[in-house]
Amino acid sequence: MFAHPFLQNAFLAGTFVALAAGLVGWFLVLRAQVFTADVLSHVAFTGALAALAAGLDARIGLFAVTLLVALAMGALGRRARPGDVVIGGVFAWVLGLGVFFLTLYTTVRSGTGNGSAGVTVLFGSIFGLTASRAVGTAVVALVICALLLLLARPLLFASLDENVAAARGVPVRLLGFAFLLLVGGTAAESTQVVGALLILGLLAAPAGAAHRLTTRPLRGLALSAGIAVASVWIGLTASFLVPVLPPSFAILAVASLTYLGAAVGTRLRGTRPTVVER
Amino acid sequence: MTGTFSWNLLADLREMWSLPFMLNAFRAGTIVAVPAALVGWFMVLRRQSFAGHTLAMVGFPGAAAAVWLGIGATVGYLAFGVLAALLFALLPAGRGGGDESSAVGTVQALALASGMLFVALYKGFLNGTSALLFGSFLGITSRQVVLLGVVAAVALTVLALVGRPLLFASVDGDVARAHGVPVRSLGGVFLVLLGVTAAEVGQITGALLVFALLVLPPATVQVLTTRPARGLAASVLLAVVTVWVALFAAYYSPYPLGFWLTTIAFGGFVLAYAGRAVVDRIGRLAVAP
Repeated sequence: MFAHPFLQNAFLAGTFVALAAGLVGWFLVLRAQVFTADVLSHVAFTGALAALAAGLDARIGLFAVTLLVALAMGALGRRARPGDVVIGGVFAWVLGLGVFFLTLYTTVRSGTGNGSAGVTVLFGSIFGLTASRAVGTAVVALVICALLLLLARPLLFASLDENVAAARGVPVRLLGFAFLLLVGGTAAESTQVVGALLILGLLAAPAGAAHRLTTRPLRGLALSAGIAVASVWIGLTASFLVPVLPPSFAILAVASLTYLGAAVGTRLRGTRPTVVER
Repeated sequence: MTGTFSWNLLADLREMWSLPFMLNAFRAGTIVAVPAALVGWFMVLRRQSFAGHTLAMVGFPGAAAAVWLGIGATVGYLAFGVLAALLFALLPAGRGGGDESSAVGTVQALALASGMLFVALYKGFLNGTSALLFGSFLGITSRQVVLLGVVAAVALTVLALVGRPLLFASVDGDVARAHGVPVRSLGGVFLVLLGVTAAEVGQITGALLVFALLVLPPATVQVLTTRPARGLAASVLLAVVTVWVALFAAYYSPYPLGFWLTTIAFGGFVLAYAGRAVVDRIGRLAVAP
Protein backbone atom coordinates (compact mmCIF):
# COMPACT_ATOMS: atom_id res chain seq x y z
CA MET A 1 0.00 0.00 0.00
CA PHE A 2 2.79 2.40 0.87
CA ALA A 3 4.40 1.86 -2.50
CA HIS A 4 2.13 4.59 -3.86
CA PRO A 5 3.68 8.03 -3.39
CA PHE A 6 0.29 9.75 -3.20
CA LEU A 7 -0.60 7.59 -0.22
CA GLN A 8 2.71 8.34 1.51
CA ASN A 9 2.02 12.05 1.08
CA ALA A 10 -1.52 11.65 2.35
CA PHE A 11 -0.34 9.80 5.45
CA LEU A 12 2.44 12.30 6.12
CA ALA A 13 0.22 15.39 5.89
CA GLY A 14 -2.80 13.69 7.43
CA THR A 15 -0.96 12.48 10.52
CA PHE A 16 0.39 15.88 11.51
CA VAL A 17 -2.76 17.78 10.65
CA ALA A 18 -4.72 15.32 12.79
CA LEU A 19 -2.23 15.78 15.62
CA ALA A 20 -2.72 19.56 15.54
CA ALA A 21 -6.49 19.26 15.17
CA GLY A 22 -6.71 16.85 18.11
CA LEU A 23 -4.74 19.13 20.43
CA VAL A 24 -6.44 22.37 19.37
CA GLY A 25 -9.82 20.65 19.41
CA TRP A 26 -9.41 19.57 23.02
CA PHE A 27 -9.05 23.20 24.09
CA LEU A 28 -11.89 24.23 21.78
CA VAL A 29 -14.29 21.87 23.50
CA LEU A 30 -13.00 22.89 26.93
CA ARG A 31 -13.55 26.56 26.12
CA ALA A 32 -16.91 25.86 24.39
CA GLN A 33 -15.67 27.54 21.24
CA VAL A 34 -16.53 24.86 18.69
CA PHE A 35 -18.80 27.27 16.84
CA THR A 36 -15.87 29.68 16.44
CA ALA A 37 -13.86 26.92 14.83
CA ASP A 38 -16.78 26.19 12.53
CA VAL A 39 -16.77 29.80 11.38
CA LEU A 40 -13.01 29.91 10.90
CA SER A 41 -13.10 26.79 8.77
CA HIS A 42 -15.70 28.37 6.52
CA VAL A 43 -13.65 31.54 6.40
CA ALA A 44 -10.83 29.40 5.07
CA PHE A 45 -13.05 28.57 2.12
CA THR A 46 -13.64 32.24 1.35
CA GLY A 47 -9.95 33.04 1.75
CA ALA A 48 -8.85 30.30 -0.62
CA LEU A 49 -11.31 31.34 -3.29
CA ALA A 50 -10.45 35.02 -2.90
CA ALA A 51 -6.81 34.21 -3.52
CA LEU A 52 -7.69 32.01 -6.50
CA ALA A 53 -9.89 34.75 -7.94
CA ALA A 54 -7.03 37.23 -7.56
CA GLY A 55 -4.68 34.80 -9.26
CA LEU A 56 -2.62 34.02 -6.19
CA ASP A 57 -1.74 30.75 -4.52
CA ALA A 58 -4.73 29.50 -2.55
CA ARG A 59 -2.58 29.00 0.56
CA ILE A 60 -1.78 32.73 0.85
CA GLY A 61 -5.47 33.53 0.95
CA LEU A 62 -6.18 30.67 3.31
CA PHE A 63 -3.77 31.79 5.99
CA ALA A 64 -4.11 35.56 5.56
CA VAL A 65 -7.91 35.66 5.67
CA THR A 66 -8.35 33.01 8.34
CA LEU A 67 -5.87 34.61 10.73
CA LEU A 68 -7.33 38.09 10.10
CA VAL A 69 -10.88 36.95 10.82
CA ALA A 70 -9.68 35.11 13.92
CA LEU A 71 -8.22 38.37 15.22
CA ALA A 72 -11.33 40.35 14.26
CA MET A 73 -13.63 37.93 16.06
CA GLY A 74 -11.44 38.08 19.12
CA ALA A 75 -11.57 41.88 19.06
CA LEU A 76 -15.37 41.83 18.88
CA GLY A 77 -15.85 39.55 21.86
CA ARG A 78 -15.39 39.97 25.57
CA ARG A 79 -11.93 38.80 26.59
CA ALA A 80 -11.36 37.54 23.08
CA ARG A 81 -14.34 35.20 23.30
CA PRO A 82 -16.77 36.28 20.59
CA GLY A 83 -20.50 35.98 21.29
CA ASP A 84 -23.02 33.83 19.48
CA VAL A 85 -24.70 36.60 17.50
CA VAL A 86 -21.51 38.31 16.39
CA ILE A 87 -20.08 35.01 15.22
CA GLY A 88 -23.28 34.21 13.36
CA GLY A 89 -23.45 37.59 11.68
CA VAL A 90 -19.86 37.62 10.49
CA PHE A 91 -20.19 34.01 9.48
CA ALA A 92 -23.20 34.47 7.25
CA TRP A 93 -21.55 37.30 5.39
CA VAL A 94 -18.24 35.52 4.95
CA LEU A 95 -20.03 32.60 3.35
CA GLY A 96 -21.76 34.98 0.98
CA LEU A 97 -18.41 36.50 0.06
CA GLY A 98 -17.09 33.02 -0.60
CA VAL A 99 -19.85 32.47 -3.15
CA PHE A 100 -19.02 35.83 -4.69
CA PHE A 101 -15.38 34.90 -5.14
CA LEU A 102 -16.37 31.50 -6.47
CA THR A 103 -18.46 33.18 -9.15
CA LEU A 104 -15.68 35.64 -9.88
CA TYR A 105 -13.18 32.82 -10.15
CA THR A 106 -15.28 30.62 -12.42
CA THR A 107 -16.35 33.48 -14.71
CA VAL A 108 -13.16 35.56 -14.88
CA ARG A 109 -10.71 32.70 -14.94
CA SER A 110 -12.80 30.10 -16.69
CA GLY A 111 -9.95 29.84 -19.21
CA THR A 112 -7.99 27.86 -16.64
CA GLY A 113 -10.80 25.34 -16.67
CA ASN A 114 -11.10 24.95 -12.95
CA GLY A 115 -14.80 25.02 -12.19
CA SER A 116 -14.34 22.34 -9.57
CA ALA A 117 -12.06 24.54 -7.45
CA GLY A 118 -14.86 25.40 -5.07
CA VAL A 119 -15.72 21.78 -4.45
CA THR A 120 -12.05 20.89 -3.95
CA VAL A 121 -11.58 23.62 -1.38
CA LEU A 122 -14.75 22.60 0.43
CA PHE A 123 -14.08 18.89 0.58
CA GLY A 124 -10.31 18.65 0.36
CA SER A 125 -8.12 16.53 -1.86
CA ILE A 126 -5.81 14.58 0.37
CA PHE A 127 -4.92 12.09 -2.34
CA GLY A 128 -3.91 14.96 -4.61
CA LEU A 129 -1.14 16.37 -2.41
CA THR A 130 2.32 16.70 -3.91
CA ALA A 131 5.34 15.63 -1.88
CA SER A 132 6.57 19.18 -1.25
CA ARG A 133 3.12 20.33 -0.21
CA ALA A 134 2.72 17.37 2.13
CA VAL A 135 6.02 18.17 3.83
CA GLY A 136 5.08 21.85 4.08
CA THR A 137 1.72 20.97 5.60
CA ALA A 138 3.36 18.66 8.12
CA VAL A 139 5.86 21.33 9.16
CA VAL A 140 3.19 23.99 9.68
CA ALA A 141 1.11 21.52 11.66
CA LEU A 142 4.10 20.68 13.85
CA VAL A 143 4.72 24.39 14.51
CA ILE A 144 1.07 24.77 15.57
CA CYS A 145 1.40 21.79 17.91
CA ALA A 146 4.60 23.18 19.44
CA LEU A 147 3.07 26.63 19.99
CA LEU A 148 -0.02 25.13 21.56
CA LEU A 149 2.02 22.98 23.93
CA LEU A 150 4.03 26.06 24.92
CA LEU A 151 0.82 27.89 25.74
CA ALA A 152 -0.90 24.86 27.22
CA ARG A 153 -0.42 25.53 30.92
CA PRO A 154 -1.55 29.16 31.13
CA LEU A 155 -4.23 28.51 28.51
CA LEU A 156 -5.62 25.66 30.58
CA PHE A 157 -5.72 27.89 33.65
CA ALA A 158 -7.38 30.72 31.70
CA SER A 159 -9.92 28.33 30.20
CA LEU A 160 -10.92 26.69 33.46
CA ASP A 161 -11.25 29.81 35.55
CA GLU A 162 -10.91 33.01 33.64
CA ASN A 163 -11.34 35.35 36.59
CA VAL A 164 -8.93 33.66 38.96
CA ALA A 165 -6.38 33.40 36.16
CA ALA A 166 -6.77 37.10 35.38
CA ALA A 167 -6.38 37.93 39.06
CA ARG A 168 -3.20 35.85 39.16
CA GLY A 169 -1.79 37.96 36.36
CA VAL A 170 -2.28 35.50 33.50
CA PRO A 171 -2.80 37.55 30.30
CA VAL A 172 -6.24 36.05 29.64
CA ARG A 173 -7.15 38.28 26.73
CA LEU A 174 -3.84 37.81 24.99
CA LEU A 175 -4.11 34.05 25.41
CA GLY A 176 -7.59 34.17 23.91
CA PHE A 177 -6.20 35.91 20.83
CA ALA A 178 -3.26 33.54 20.55
CA PHE A 179 -5.59 30.58 20.78
CA LEU A 180 -7.90 31.99 18.11
CA LEU A 181 -4.88 32.43 15.85
CA LEU A 182 -3.89 28.81 16.42
CA VAL A 183 -7.44 27.71 15.59
CA GLY A 184 -7.33 29.81 12.44
CA GLY A 185 -3.99 28.34 11.49
CA THR A 186 -5.26 24.81 12.02
CA ALA A 187 -8.37 25.50 9.95
CA ALA A 188 -6.34 26.99 7.09
CA GLU A 189 -3.83 24.18 7.29
CA SER A 190 -6.33 21.35 7.31
CA THR A 191 -8.40 22.76 4.48
CA GLN A 192 -5.96 21.24 2.02
CA VAL A 193 -6.28 17.86 3.64
CA VAL A 194 -9.90 17.24 4.61
CA GLY A 195 -11.48 20.38 3.19
CA ALA A 196 -12.94 23.55 4.68
CA LEU A 197 -16.30 22.00 5.45
CA LEU A 198 -15.03 18.89 7.15
CA ILE A 199 -12.20 20.08 9.36
CA LEU A 200 -14.81 20.78 12.02
CA GLY A 201 -15.27 17.05 12.45
CA LEU A 202 -11.58 16.48 13.06
CA LEU A 203 -11.58 19.30 15.60
CA ALA A 204 -14.81 18.39 17.40
CA ALA A 205 -15.23 14.62 17.31
CA PRO A 206 -11.92 13.32 18.76
CA ALA A 207 -11.88 16.10 21.35
CA GLY A 208 -15.50 15.50 22.30
CA ALA A 209 -14.79 11.79 22.75
CA ALA A 210 -11.69 12.53 24.84
CA HIS A 211 -13.64 14.91 27.07
CA ARG A 212 -16.23 12.23 27.67
CA LEU A 213 -13.65 9.62 28.58
CA THR A 214 -11.44 11.61 30.91
CA THR A 215 -11.32 14.99 32.60
CA ARG A 216 -7.58 14.88 33.25
CA PRO A 217 -5.94 17.43 30.94
CA LEU A 218 -2.78 15.61 29.95
CA ARG A 219 -4.53 12.31 29.36
CA GLY A 220 -7.35 14.12 27.53
CA LEU A 221 -4.97 15.94 25.19
CA ALA A 222 -3.11 12.76 24.38
CA LEU A 223 -6.32 10.82 23.85
CA SER A 224 -7.79 13.50 21.62
CA ALA A 225 -4.69 13.67 19.44
CA GLY A 226 -4.48 9.87 19.38
CA ILE A 227 -8.08 9.44 18.25
CA ALA A 228 -7.62 12.08 15.55
CA VAL A 229 -4.48 10.43 14.18
CA ALA A 230 -6.04 6.97 14.32
CA SER A 231 -9.12 8.27 12.49
CA VAL A 232 -6.96 9.60 9.69
CA TRP A 233 -4.98 6.36 9.41
CA ILE A 234 -8.02 4.09 9.44
CA GLY A 235 -9.92 6.43 7.17
CA LEU A 236 -7.16 6.63 4.59
CA THR A 237 -6.71 2.87 4.60
CA ALA A 238 -10.43 2.27 4.21
CA SER A 239 -10.61 4.77 1.39
CA PHE A 240 -7.67 3.11 -0.33
CA LEU A 241 -9.22 -0.34 -0.06
CA VAL A 242 -12.76 0.74 -0.98
CA PRO A 243 -12.28 3.31 -3.74
CA VAL A 244 -15.91 4.45 -3.72
CA LEU A 245 -15.43 5.99 -0.27
CA PRO A 246 -14.05 9.53 -0.50
CA PRO A 247 -11.13 9.83 1.94
CA SER A 248 -12.66 12.78 3.80
CA PHE A 249 -15.82 10.80 4.39
CA ALA A 250 -13.94 7.74 5.64
CA ILE A 251 -11.85 9.83 8.07
CA LEU A 252 -14.85 11.61 9.49
CA ALA A 253 -16.92 8.46 9.70
CA VAL A 254 -14.24 6.85 11.88
CA ALA A 255 -13.96 9.96 14.07
CA SER A 256 -17.73 10.24 14.47
CA LEU A 257 -18.08 6.55 15.30
CA THR A 258 -15.44 6.95 17.99
CA TYR A 259 -17.37 9.87 19.44
CA LEU A 260 -20.61 7.90 19.36
CA GLY A 261 -18.87 4.94 21.00
CA ALA A 262 -17.47 7.15 23.75
CA ALA A 263 -20.84 8.80 24.35
CA VAL A 264 -22.82 5.57 24.45
CA GLY A 265 -20.16 3.68 26.38
CA THR A 266 -19.82 6.21 29.16
CA ARG A 267 -23.57 6.55 29.44
CA LEU A 268 -24.20 2.81 29.66
CA ARG A 269 -21.54 2.32 32.31
CA GLY A 270 -22.69 5.41 34.12
CA THR A 271 -19.10 6.36 34.74
CA ARG A 272 -19.22 9.58 32.83
CA PRO A 273 -16.74 11.94 34.49
CA THR A 274 -18.32 15.14 35.73
CA VAL A 275 -17.73 17.99 33.37
CA VAL A 276 -15.14 20.44 34.58
CA GLU A 277 -16.86 23.67 35.52
CA ARG A 278 -15.89 26.48 33.30
CA MET B 1 -28.84 37.48 -14.82
CA THR B 2 -28.51 40.86 -16.37
CA GLY B 3 -31.47 42.87 -17.51
CA THR B 4 -31.35 46.60 -18.08
CA PHE B 5 -32.04 48.39 -14.85
CA SER B 6 -34.07 51.58 -14.83
CA TRP B 7 -34.87 53.66 -11.78
CA ASN B 8 -38.55 53.09 -12.41
CA LEU B 9 -38.81 50.25 -9.91
CA LEU B 10 -42.38 49.35 -10.78
CA ALA B 11 -41.44 48.89 -14.41
CA ASP B 12 -38.49 46.78 -13.31
CA LEU B 13 -40.72 44.61 -11.19
CA ARG B 14 -43.17 44.21 -14.05
CA GLU B 15 -40.32 43.21 -16.33
CA MET B 16 -38.98 40.64 -13.88
CA TRP B 17 -42.38 39.22 -13.10
CA SER B 18 -43.11 38.69 -16.76
CA LEU B 19 -40.59 35.85 -16.51
CA PRO B 20 -42.21 32.86 -14.81
CA PHE B 21 -39.00 31.75 -13.03
CA MET B 22 -38.50 35.19 -11.50
CA LEU B 23 -42.10 35.29 -10.39
CA ASN B 24 -41.62 31.93 -8.71
CA ALA B 25 -38.37 33.11 -7.15
CA PHE B 26 -40.12 36.12 -5.63
CA ARG B 27 -43.01 33.96 -4.40
CA ALA B 28 -40.75 31.31 -2.90
CA GLY B 29 -38.39 33.90 -1.41
CA THR B 30 -41.23 35.70 0.31
CA ILE B 31 -42.74 32.45 1.57
CA VAL B 32 -39.52 31.22 3.17
CA ALA B 33 -38.51 34.63 4.54
CA VAL B 34 -41.47 34.70 6.95
CA PRO B 35 -40.82 31.47 8.90
CA ALA B 36 -37.06 32.10 8.67
CA ALA B 37 -37.43 35.46 10.37
CA LEU B 38 -39.79 34.21 13.09
CA VAL B 39 -37.99 30.97 13.90
CA GLY B 40 -34.66 32.79 13.55
CA TRP B 41 -35.76 35.35 16.13
CA PHE B 42 -36.27 32.58 18.66
CA MET B 43 -33.01 30.95 17.59
CA VAL B 44 -31.04 34.12 18.30
CA LEU B 45 -32.87 34.55 21.59
CA ARG B 46 -32.08 30.97 22.62
CA ARG B 47 -28.45 31.26 21.41
CA GLN B 48 -28.80 28.20 19.19
CA SER B 49 -27.05 29.60 16.13
CA PHE B 50 -24.68 26.66 15.95
CA ALA B 51 -27.54 24.16 15.97
CA GLY B 52 -29.35 26.26 13.38
CA HIS B 53 -26.36 26.34 11.11
CA THR B 54 -25.86 22.61 11.47
CA LEU B 55 -29.51 21.90 10.69
CA ALA B 56 -29.07 24.01 7.57
CA MET B 57 -25.97 22.09 6.53
CA VAL B 58 -27.77 18.79 6.96
CA GLY B 59 -29.89 19.81 3.97
CA PHE B 60 -26.91 19.14 1.72
CA PRO B 61 -26.65 15.38 2.32
CA GLY B 62 -30.44 15.27 2.38
CA ALA B 63 -30.77 16.74 -1.06
CA ALA B 64 -27.77 14.79 -2.38
CA ALA B 65 -29.27 11.52 -1.12
CA ALA B 66 -32.63 12.39 -2.64
CA VAL B 67 -31.06 13.12 -6.01
CA TRP B 68 -29.00 9.93 -5.83
CA LEU B 69 -32.10 7.84 -5.04
CA GLY B 70 -34.17 9.71 -7.60
CA ILE B 71 -36.73 11.29 -5.30
CA GLY B 72 -37.43 15.00 -5.11
CA ALA B 73 -34.80 17.16 -3.43
CA THR B 74 -37.49 18.85 -1.31
CA VAL B 75 -38.26 15.55 0.41
CA GLY B 76 -34.57 15.03 1.11
CA TYR B 77 -34.11 18.49 2.61
CA LEU B 78 -37.11 18.08 4.89
CA ALA B 79 -36.42 14.49 5.95
CA PHE B 80 -32.80 15.12 6.92
CA GLY B 81 -33.61 18.43 8.59
CA VAL B 82 -36.27 16.85 10.81
CA LEU B 83 -34.13 13.78 11.55
CA ALA B 84 -31.16 15.87 12.66
CA ALA B 85 -33.44 18.07 14.75
CA LEU B 86 -34.82 15.01 16.55
CA LEU B 87 -31.27 13.79 17.13
CA PHE B 88 -30.33 17.11 18.74
CA ALA B 89 -33.48 17.02 20.84
CA LEU B 90 -32.30 13.69 22.25
CA LEU B 91 -28.95 15.12 23.35
CA PRO B 92 -28.71 15.37 27.11
CA ALA B 93 -30.15 18.75 27.98
CA GLY B 94 -29.05 21.50 30.28
CA ARG B 95 -25.35 20.88 30.40
CA GLY B 96 -24.64 23.07 27.41
CA GLY B 97 -21.15 24.30 26.76
CA GLY B 98 -18.44 22.45 24.94
CA ASP B 99 -19.86 18.99 25.42
CA GLU B 100 -23.06 19.70 23.52
CA SER B 101 -21.35 21.77 20.87
CA SER B 102 -18.83 19.05 20.15
CA ALA B 103 -21.77 16.72 19.48
CA VAL B 104 -23.37 19.28 17.18
CA GLY B 105 -20.08 19.84 15.38
CA THR B 106 -19.58 16.12 14.90
CA VAL B 107 -23.06 15.73 13.45
CA GLN B 108 -22.43 18.61 11.08
CA ALA B 109 -19.12 17.30 9.78
CA LEU B 110 -20.46 13.78 9.41
CA ALA B 111 -23.53 15.09 7.56
CA LEU B 112 -21.37 17.02 5.12
CA ALA B 113 -19.08 14.06 4.62
CA SER B 114 -22.08 11.84 3.92
CA GLY B 115 -23.31 14.41 1.43
CA MET B 116 -19.99 14.09 -0.30
CA LEU B 117 -20.32 10.31 -0.31
CA PHE B 118 -23.79 10.53 -1.91
CA VAL B 119 -22.40 12.89 -4.52
CA ALA B 120 -19.59 10.44 -5.21
CA LEU B 121 -22.06 7.58 -5.51
CA TYR B 122 -24.10 9.62 -7.96
CA LYS B 123 -21.38 10.26 -10.47
CA GLY B 124 -21.03 13.32 -12.65
CA PHE B 125 -22.75 15.64 -10.26
CA LEU B 126 -20.16 18.33 -9.79
CA ASN B 127 -22.25 21.30 -10.86
CA GLY B 128 -25.14 19.95 -8.85
CA THR B 129 -22.95 20.08 -5.75
CA SER B 130 -22.49 23.81 -6.14
CA ALA B 131 -26.23 24.27 -6.64
CA LEU B 132 -27.02 22.31 -3.48
CA LEU B 133 -24.49 24.27 -1.45
CA PHE B 134 -25.04 27.71 -2.90
CA GLY B 135 -28.59 27.48 -4.18
CA SER B 136 -30.19 28.43 -7.43
CA PHE B 137 -33.32 30.51 -7.52
CA LEU B 138 -33.76 30.07 -11.25
CA GLY B 139 -35.21 26.60 -11.31
CA ILE B 140 -38.04 26.92 -8.81
CA THR B 141 -41.20 25.35 -10.17
CA SER B 142 -44.78 26.34 -9.34
CA ARG B 143 -45.28 22.98 -7.65
CA GLN B 144 -42.31 23.65 -5.42
CA VAL B 145 -43.76 27.03 -4.48
CA VAL B 146 -47.02 25.37 -3.41
CA LEU B 147 -45.14 22.78 -1.38
CA LEU B 148 -43.00 25.46 0.27
CA GLY B 149 -46.17 27.40 1.07
CA VAL B 150 -47.91 24.44 2.67
CA VAL B 151 -44.89 23.50 4.80
CA ALA B 152 -44.40 27.12 5.82
CA ALA B 153 -48.07 27.38 6.82
CA VAL B 154 -47.78 24.26 8.99
CA ALA B 155 -44.59 25.52 10.61
CA LEU B 156 -46.12 28.92 11.31
CA THR B 157 -49.23 27.34 12.84
CA VAL B 158 -47.12 25.22 15.18
CA LEU B 159 -45.01 28.24 16.09
CA ALA B 160 -48.15 30.27 16.83
CA LEU B 161 -49.40 27.49 19.11
CA VAL B 162 -46.18 27.13 21.11
CA GLY B 163 -45.07 30.76 20.80
CA ARG B 164 -46.00 32.05 24.24
CA PRO B 165 -44.67 29.18 26.37
CA LEU B 166 -41.63 28.96 24.09
CA LEU B 167 -40.86 32.61 24.74
CA PHE B 168 -41.18 32.03 28.47
CA ALA B 169 -38.95 28.96 28.34
CA SER B 170 -36.37 30.75 26.19
CA VAL B 171 -36.12 33.82 28.39
CA ASP B 172 -35.94 32.01 31.71
CA GLY B 173 -35.92 28.24 31.51
CA ASP B 174 -35.75 27.59 35.25
CA VAL B 175 -38.67 29.81 36.20
CA ALA B 176 -40.69 28.42 33.30
CA ARG B 177 -40.01 24.87 34.50
CA ALA B 178 -41.09 25.81 38.00
CA HIS B 179 -44.36 27.10 36.54
CA GLY B 180 -44.99 23.73 34.92
CA VAL B 181 -43.98 24.68 31.38
CA PRO B 182 -42.61 21.57 29.60
CA VAL B 183 -39.30 23.26 28.77
CA ARG B 184 -37.62 20.19 27.38
CA SER B 185 -40.34 19.14 24.96
CA LEU B 186 -40.72 22.74 23.86
CA GLY B 187 -37.02 22.77 23.07
CA GLY B 188 -37.50 19.64 20.96
CA VAL B 189 -40.47 21.10 19.11
CA PHE B 190 -38.48 24.23 18.45
CA LEU B 191 -35.53 22.27 17.05
CA VAL B 192 -37.86 20.45 14.65
CA LEU B 193 -39.31 23.81 13.59
CA LEU B 194 -35.78 25.06 13.06
CA GLY B 195 -34.96 22.00 10.97
CA VAL B 196 -38.06 22.42 8.80
CA THR B 197 -37.39 26.12 8.31
CA ALA B 198 -33.76 25.51 7.41
CA ALA B 199 -34.89 22.90 4.89
CA GLU B 200 -37.30 25.41 3.35
CA VAL B 201 -34.78 28.20 3.06
CA GLY B 202 -32.08 25.82 1.87
CA GLN B 203 -33.92 25.06 -1.34
CA ILE B 204 -33.52 28.66 -2.44
CA THR B 205 -30.29 29.84 -0.88
CA GLY B 206 -28.48 26.51 -0.78
CA ALA B 207 -27.39 24.75 2.39
CA LEU B 208 -24.40 27.02 3.06
CA LEU B 209 -26.29 30.29 3.01
CA VAL B 210 -29.48 29.44 4.90
CA PHE B 211 -27.85 30.91 7.91
CA ALA B 212 -27.88 34.45 6.50
CA LEU B 213 -31.65 34.58 6.44
CA LEU B 214 -32.03 32.76 9.76
CA VAL B 215 -29.64 34.78 11.86
CA LEU B 216 -29.06 38.21 10.39
CA PRO B 217 -32.54 39.84 10.28
CA PRO B 218 -33.40 38.70 13.84
CA ALA B 219 -29.95 39.64 15.13
CA THR B 220 -30.31 43.09 13.58
CA VAL B 221 -33.73 43.53 15.12
CA GLN B 222 -32.58 42.38 18.56
CA VAL B 223 -29.94 45.08 18.55
CA LEU B 224 -32.73 47.64 18.12
CA THR B 225 -35.59 46.34 20.25
CA THR B 226 -36.04 43.75 22.97
CA ARG B 227 -39.84 43.74 22.86
CA PRO B 228 -41.01 40.40 21.47
CA ALA B 229 -44.06 41.41 19.39
CA ARG B 230 -42.34 44.38 17.84
CA GLY B 231 -39.14 42.40 17.31
CA LEU B 232 -40.91 39.52 15.56
CA ALA B 233 -42.80 41.87 13.24
CA ALA B 234 -39.72 43.92 12.40
CA SER B 235 -37.74 40.74 11.83
CA VAL B 236 -40.26 39.48 9.26
CA LEU B 237 -40.33 42.85 7.53
CA LEU B 238 -36.56 43.02 7.38
CA ALA B 239 -36.23 39.46 6.07
CA VAL B 240 -38.78 40.01 3.30
CA VAL B 241 -37.20 43.33 2.27
CA THR B 242 -33.76 41.68 2.26
CA VAL B 243 -34.96 38.87 -0.01
CA TRP B 244 -36.66 41.28 -2.40
CA VAL B 245 -33.71 43.63 -2.67
CA ALA B 246 -31.35 40.67 -3.08
CA LEU B 247 -33.48 39.20 -5.88
CA PHE B 248 -33.52 42.61 -7.55
CA ALA B 249 -29.76 42.94 -7.31
CA ALA B 250 -29.10 39.37 -8.41
CA TYR B 251 -31.32 39.81 -11.45
CA TYR B 252 -29.56 42.96 -12.61
CA SER B 253 -25.98 41.96 -11.79
CA PRO B 254 -23.71 39.07 -12.71
CA TYR B 255 -23.22 38.07 -9.08
CA PRO B 256 -25.15 35.29 -7.35
CA LEU B 257 -28.16 35.68 -5.11
CA GLY B 258 -26.37 34.28 -2.08
CA PHE B 259 -23.77 37.01 -2.19
CA TRP B 260 -26.37 39.78 -2.33
CA LEU B 261 -28.56 38.19 0.31
CA THR B 262 -25.75 37.89 2.83
CA THR B 263 -24.22 41.27 2.01
CA ILE B 264 -27.48 43.19 2.28
CA ALA B 265 -28.44 41.44 5.49
CA PHE B 266 -24.99 41.95 6.98
CA GLY B 267 -25.02 45.62 5.95
CA GLY B 268 -28.24 46.07 7.88
CA PHE B 269 -26.72 44.33 10.89
CA VAL B 270 -23.64 46.56 10.88
CA LEU B 271 -25.76 49.71 10.45
CA ALA B 272 -27.98 48.71 13.37
CA TYR B 273 -24.97 47.91 15.53
CA ALA B 274 -23.25 51.21 14.72
CA GLY B 275 -26.49 53.18 15.11
CA ARG B 276 -27.09 51.61 18.49
CA ALA B 277 -23.57 52.44 19.65
CA VAL B 278 -23.96 56.09 18.56
CA VAL B 279 -27.36 56.45 20.24
CA ASP B 280 -26.03 54.89 23.45
CA ARG B 281 -23.07 57.26 23.50
CA ILE B 282 -25.29 60.30 22.93
CA GLY B 283 -27.58 59.06 25.68
CA ARG B 284 -24.66 58.72 28.08
CA LEU B 285 -23.40 62.19 27.20
CA ALA B 286 -26.89 63.62 27.78
CA VAL B 287 -27.12 61.98 31.21
CA ALA B 288 -23.66 63.00 32.33
CA PRO B 289 -23.78 66.77 32.83
